Amino acid sequence: MDESGKIKLAHGSGGALMHELISELIVARLSNPILSRLDDAADISDIIASAGEGDRLAFTTDSYVVQPLFFPGGDIGKLSVCGTVNDLAMKGARPAYLTLGLVLEEGLPVDDLVRILDSIARTCDAAGVSVAAGDTKVVERGGIGGVIINTAGIGLIAAGTNVSGDRARPGDTVIISGTIGDHETAILVAREGLRLEQIIESDCAPLGGITAAVLSACPDVHVMRDPTRGGLGTTLNEIASRSGVRITIDESALPLDQRVRSVCDILGFDPIYMANEGKMIVVAPASSSDAVLDAMKSDPLGRNAAVIGAVSEGGGVRLRTVIGGERPVVMLEGVQLPRIC
Amino acid sequence: MIDRETLSSEAAAHALVERIEALVTEPVALMEVCGTHTVAISRFGLRSMLPPDLRLLSGPGCPVCVTPLVEIDRAIAVARTPGVIVTTFGDMMRVPGSGSSLEAERAEGADVRILYSPLEALGIAESEPASEVVFLGVGFETTSPTIAASVVAADKRGITNFSVLPFFKTVPAALDMLAALPGRALDGFICPGHVSAIIGADAYEPVARDRNMPCVVIGFEPLDILGGLVMLLEQVRAIKDEGAHARVENQYSRAVTPEGNTAAQALLADVFEECDAEWREIGMIPGSGYGFSERYRSFDTRQRLAVNVPPPAGPTGCICGEIMLGLKLPTDCPLFAGRCTPRDPVGPCMVSTEGSCAAFYKYDRNDSCGS
Repeated sequence: MDESGKIKLAHGSGGALMHELISELIVARLSNPILSRLDDAADISDIIASAGEGDRLAFTTDSYVVQPLFFPGGDIGKLSVCGTVNDLAMKGARPAYLTLGLVLEEGLPVDDLVRILDSIARTCDAAGVSVAAGDTKVVERGGIGGVIINTAGIGLIAAGTNVSGDRARPGDTVIISGTIGDHETAILVAREGLRLEQIIESDCAPLGGITAAVLSACPDVHVMRDPTRGGLGTTLNEIASRSGVRITIDESALPLDQRVRSVCDILGFDPIYMANEGKMIVVAPASSSDAVLDAMKSDPLGRNAAVIGAVSEGGGVRLRTVIGGERPVVMLEGVQLPRIC
Repeated sequence: MIDRETLSSEAAAHALVERIEALVTEPVALMEVCGTHTVAISRFGLRSMLPPDLRLLSGPGCPVCVTPLVEIDRAIAVARTPGVIVTTFGDMMRVPGSGSSLEAERAEGADVRILYSPLEALGIAESEPASEVVFLGVGFETTSPTIAASVVAADKRGITNFSVLPFFKTVPAALDMLAALPGRALDGFICPGHVSAIIGADAYEPVARDRNMPCVVIGFEPLDILGGLVMLLEQVRAIKDEGAHARVENQYSRAVTPEGNTAAQALLADVFEECDAEWREIGMIPGSGYGFSERYRSFDTRQRLAVNVPPPAGPTGCICGEIMLGLKLPTDCPLFAGRCTPRDPVGPCMVSTEGSCAAFYKYDRNDSCGS
């Protein structure tokens, strides 16, 4: 489409080059009856048509910035779909439509954009969502790292589903769908060029399938959350604080990849605070614990699922260490910084 | 290779705790001088398992925490100099100087970059030849060899726009000072595992011999620490009951030898020379730092950039000094967790993740968030 193979400011000018970019690169890859109309706004009334008595709508948005743009296990495109789809899924919603806002930096290789768009298309297929509307801007070179993506998402919550961060109750069980810290560790290793014998992959994945399986096995799930930025430790603190309960987790029960543990050990990071992009925490009545665990394990994304703790009266998050000691798990203050020795 | 599961078995930990309980019949204070130990003790919840009469103190084991304010101010002044790229390990970023920090300077436009290895700075120097690349040389004997290696590499590659601001500290001289404190309240040293891998367990012989101070080199897994505490407490008991003399023992023999890493020691001896060093909140300790040797002096940033550093204005009311000397615990400080938090630190021990106040804040407060 352009002999230089780079995005230019003219690609955002509103002229022929921009139309070519949108129709040949973007719409061609994300094609669906609603998007292909290219109207000023998308008509998504079919959500209303598909809704049953008592169903509700869920709506969310998030912006995605990551360096490097491509990393083991994913890329910014996959991340921008999974992140928003997962936010809907954690509310118990079945994701339906996304919007896609692309901010491109002048000089971005067109090949990179194509890879990102292909990845968005693949991930949308896997997650069962469509891009209904979009926007593209091009900004001058400098400072945005190639691409920034914003996605918003809308989905339908089935009648009777009632999950929220304030519903954890004493006696509940805390379950996680798999290993912690994979995403942020993978990004860190890729960004810093740390040389390891084995590759660590991001866990970036859409969780709509696993949340549907969990809700079907146990409609009375109290809380579902994806521990993204700030990791498990921060998300558990948010749940404990909003629900007014104490959460006690067992360190020896936490699923942790040995490679992630090694990298965190070397850099002085605590995996409990490392971001995940394809994991979920479920808080459910203890009587449903086995059903939730089985539902998670029936999905490949949940094969390492484990019961990690319990909810009791009180406040805050406590951790029983691998040797039987006990300590608090507090909210992370700022970002973790690599240590000196 | 000993596997980590073995090193953290709960039953083994319980057995060691029982031995510790039997050995602690009166108040005992043991000090670690290594940030990794500080964090490990807190993170594994060891204090919650140990008898209250056994006090585990955090000494001056965090290299960031012991870097004097005036040197932080110097690093900030260097970062403000046009044409300079300051490169550093991450935990220096938030350390407050007299009125600023490297993080604040970066937000103002200074070129400050976090590196994972000093060797990366050489690549930056080569790709940006018009800039002066300064690496902040903070660390104990664990870190100084890699920085020495990068200086030697810069020399071999003919890189002339790279230098190091030396804030290096050495451990044995500090231990000797602590052991010689009048009215000392310490019964033994938990000697650092990583540092000892470089300098060797024998480096603590003078402290054990001359100051009658039990020294045990200890690893970082929970059972290493509990096992090492048993060794220290048995020495303390033998000194009290039988008049035995203190000695150096090595719990961490799978990583530490008596003589240490002689190649790294030779590198240090080539690039640096021992000097007196100022420790923040503690004061001057003779022979406890490294400056550059004559041969490599041109890599000393202070030889290349003249910066104006005004007299420092330090925090008031902070007891970091007493904490690092083992006289007080972080929770004894009136500013702890109130005026002074990791988000808005007053003293150096709250800044680095391996500082004793930050570790206490994160892991040892009884009132965790939300309660």
